[in-house]
Amino acid sequence: MKKLINSPDTLVTDALAGMAAAHPSLAVDLENRIITRSGGPSEGKVGLVSGGGSGHEPLHGGFVGYGMLDAACAGEVFTSPVPDQMLAATKAVNGGAGVLHLVKNYTGDVLNFQMAAELAEDEDIEVVSVVINDDVAVQDSLYTAGRRGTGATVFVEKIAGALAERGAALAEVAAVAAEVNERSRSFGVALTSCTVPAAGKPTFELAEQEIELGIGIHGEPGRTRAPLTTAHEITATALDAIGADMPLTGDLLVMVNGMGGTPLIELYGIYNEVSRYLSGRDARITSNLVGNYITSLEMQGFSVTVCRLTDTLTDLWDAPVDTPGLRWGR
Amino acid sequence: MDAGFFRAWIAEIAAVVEAQRDHLTQLDSAIGDADHGINLARGFGAVQGALADADTPTPASVLLLTGSTLISKVGGASGPLYGTAFRRASKALGDTPEVDLPALAAALEAALAGVQKLGAAREGEKTMVDALAPAATAFSKAVAEGASSGDALSALTDAADAGAQATISMQALKGRASYLGPRSVGHEDPGAASTALILHALRDVATAQAG
Repeated sequence: MKKLINSPDTLVTDALAGMAAAHPSLAVDLENRIITRSGGPSEGKVGLVSGGGSGHEPLHGGFVGYGMLDAACAGEVFTSPVPDQMLAATKAVNGGAGVLHLVKNYTGDVLNFQMAAELAEDEDIEVVSVVINDDVAVQDSLYTAGRRGTGATVFVEKIAGALAERGAALAEVAAVAAEVNERSRSFGVALTSCTVPAAGKPTFELAEQEIELGIGIHGEPGRTRAPLTTAHEITATALDAIGADMPLTGDLLVMVNGMGGTPLIELYGIYNEVSRYLSGRDARITSNLVGNYITSLEMQGFSVTVCRLTDTLTDLWDAPVDTPGLRWGR
Repeated sequence: MDAGFFRAWIAEIAAVVEAQRDHLTQLDSAIGDADHGINLARGFGAVQGALADADTPTPASVLLLTGSTLISKVGGASGPLYGTAFRRASKALGDTPEVDLPALAAALEAALAGVQKLGAAREGEKTMVDALAPAATAFSKAVAEGASSGDALSALTDAADAGAQATISMQALKGRASYLGPRSVGHEDPGAASTALILHALRDVATAQAG
């Protein structure tokens, strides 16, 4: 596998340094591997901290900025960051109104954020954590580590960030984050594997005409393997899975997300299928995102995430945002 | 077993984990996310650096620094879990300069309890607990029955090996492997495998020092 890197050991910090060079609105602490808004914490505003393994760009660092996150912690590729980073980020964004940790439901992320929240409380910073678990591919959560946090993370960070920007209290911001998570579902499909730079080999193998249905964002497998078929059929499989878990009715926010190695022309083809699938129902796509927002290195594939909006959530989604990854209205 | 013994154990773990880095990562790529060997090698490398720079006069201080460094450097699930194991073992040892077999047994039991509490894992769920739990139990039993150091440590590693092997036929119920469901059957759990390596390192260092 060819990679445009200097060395696997320096990739994460090289990329962070590049983020800092490209985006003067961001401040990057290379030692702690955290990205914050330049200018420091906003007095009286709830701070939003997220983070996770690297390799999902633009998530999370690309969503730091006005109307979204205050800080992101970057772990090694596909490996949760450590509590020290999360504590440093929490302290850096604490404007006195408390800090919300947005945690994708993976064992490592949850354990490290849990330890960080305890450390922050020792320093008298109020922390509330919301765990994101929107992936319907994990069916039997009694017998697994639970549903994974995937595409809904983008929605949660955007909508909770908008409410925090308006000066809402920590409990309210946490409540809206939990509400978005509860109203969102995702399903992912992989056409190819991906290669963790330090491992140098693909995480898993798929045959030439084989796809993995229900893939996670680190190449962890999902429900089943199946033969490659048309975009129409694959999209129907994904939306059937989501629809079996949550009614696909009302005003919907839909994201067709690329896994990193899928061209936009295919993603728009998928979006067309999503639009056609939903048009025969009592549903209306009122907002959408099509592109690479939560990726798995160079994996080919996509995920679709649907959030059932309310008027309040629509208003918060439409609110101004100014980050490297999402930008409108400002 | 004094502080020097425990430093030698950690050094042996670092060497073994580095040597088995690709093997552990390979196990993890079968049912996880292909970073276990990489992360542990990075973590114990950092521990070696920390121990070289710090004064660790007691066995407990060696294990505390080991645990704290793993939590600070590894990330993923294995950082907090192994970090907690070493920290809890440290706490169980108190400030004694010389650890005897019953104290070591108690430290292993404390490490197990810490891992089980943090990871909410029980035996049979295809995790590191499946190696650590039978190993701690077998060691405690051997020590209680008055076994020699060599015999007790053999009981420890035999049980750890058997436990790690037993994970092959288990379906994962915790961690990322659980997402595979029945497809996780047929693969050794990487965490159980690394736990067995860590306990083998303990026995090897004890054997070398006795010999």
